[in-house]
Amino acid sequence: MRNASYWRTSAQRMSLTGEVCPHCAAKLFPPRDICPKCGGPAKEPYHFSGRGTVYSFSTMYSAPASWSEYAPYVVALVKLEEGPLVTAQLTDVGPDEVAIGMPVEMVTRRMRAEGDDGLIQYGYKFRPVLQATAAEA
Amino acid sequence: MSIIGIGQLPVREHWERSLQVMGAEAVVRALEDAHLERPEALYVGNMLSGQISGQENLGALIADHAGLRGIEALKIEAACASGAAALRIGYGAVAGGLHDVVVACGVEKMTDALVEETTTALVSAADAIYEGEHGLSFVALNALLMQRYMYEYGYPREAFAGFSVNAHRNAVHNPNAMFRRAISAETFARAKMVAAPVSLLDSSAIADGAAAVVLAPTEFAHQHGLCAVRISGSAVATDAVALHDREEPLVLTAARRSAERAYAQSGCGPDDIDLFELHDAFTIMAALSLEACGFAERGQGVRLAMEDAIVPGGRIPISTMGGLKARGHPVGATGLYQVVEATLQLRGEAGECQLPGCRVAMTQSIGGSGANVVTHILERMDA
Repeated sequence: MRNASYWRTSAQRMSLTGEVCPHCAAKLFPPRDICPKCGGPAKEPYHFSGRGTVYSFSTMYSAPASWSEYAPYVVALVKLEEGPLVTAQLTDVGPDEVAIGMPVEMVTRRMRAEGDDGLIQYGYKFRPVLQATAAEA
Repeated sequence: MSIIGIGQLPVREHWERSLQVMGAEAVVRALEDAHLERPEALYVGNMLSGQISGQENLGALIADHAGLRGIEALKIEAACASGAAALRIGYGAVAGGLHDVVVACGVEKMTDALVEETTTALVSAADAIYEGEHGLSFVALNALLMQRYMYEYGYPREAFAGFSVNAHRNAVHNPNAMFRRAISAETFARAKMVAAPVSLLDSSAIADGAAAVVLAPTEFAHQHGLCAVRISGSAVATDAVALHDREEPLVLTAARRSAERAYAQSGCGPDDIDLFELHDAFTIMAALSLEACGFAERGQGVRLAMEDAIVPGGRIPISTMGGLKARGHPVGATGLYQVVEATLQLRGEAGECQLPGCRVAMTQSIGGSGANVVTHILERMDA
């Protein structure tokens, strides 16, 4: 990811900031300024809780060039509790421990580094909800 | 309007041929088949030339290399549907009365970069930031779909075997196919995982290729005594690029809309289609395409493979000359390989792959994981 794009998406990668549509109340992630549901302008920021469930997942054994050192890793579609689906890696969980429907929560993690001297990219991943947190809910 | 000439290169690793050599060769073969020398326009479908070969401006480049310097020429891009998109633009140029004779060519050179680099380039068909920057490959997107499909409808992986078995068996007699050996369901079951549950035998391979067709008004074909296959339906529809933005990830809405528009234009419906060259880049895409285009109810597409409805002689033959899986999937060229093969079938020139008595063929190319879908319906012209 180039520096400008990385900087532009900071609020999305670090705090899951999207938008809420003032007309139809749809919650949008990532932000896109025009609501795909009702077509109206939607620029009001919305902070997602980070809680959701696994909608689908896959263990990747073969990865694109800049990710190959991290393979195998698990990617998923996570259904956020507010509605939208988001694509992300799962973390703190083994490939055999993942199941559709599992509750997960967002964490900010190191994604990859651009070589030894380059930018370290951070972003959201999802981990299974910790037992203590689940008990508080 | 009609297809009056076709040309294709074998799909394989063409180490000795560059992008422009391949594209020009396909164009020249198609023009020879049409007994014509110079079209008025050339539309080149391609997805990866910039990323893999550092080369854009393909319209001008391939026109020049094909000996057609000076004509109207453009590169057309719709990810893995680029070839079919080039046909769509050519169709529009002729239907709109801009030109009488045009060539649509699809060309892809995937082997000029390392496999890992090509794999990265393919992610540009997805959402580069919200899918690509999380480490997903294009295979992984299809794996997410396949995993969810298996979960929602209760199928094991092995249920998908029929798509690959059929494709490979049909490619045995296609001299232009990349993989020409049959495989068994047992081999499918043991295949190595790429991104679970997608295995090597669920996925189409990296390859080079080029294919082209010549288009002209049907009257032109008659006047010149040329064999014509009529295009009776042509439609494009789009959907959100990212899987996570789709209304329903397991429904290929753009494929449904594109097919419905093509059906309406041609006056045909699913029951009229004698063969369907669908976009079987992955077995899950084949199942979802069959559902989207009205050949199976939702969640039932994979049954068509389980019950052999997709084989030659079945209710809806697909991948009749190998499909993306076995003939190969040089991404930007694929859409035109589908059309060339459908044309061969309708002309009765498909050799040992021939489906007897076919009159109406549908071709469908999917860009990305379902974001841009181009559908054509072709019909045999009776003498």
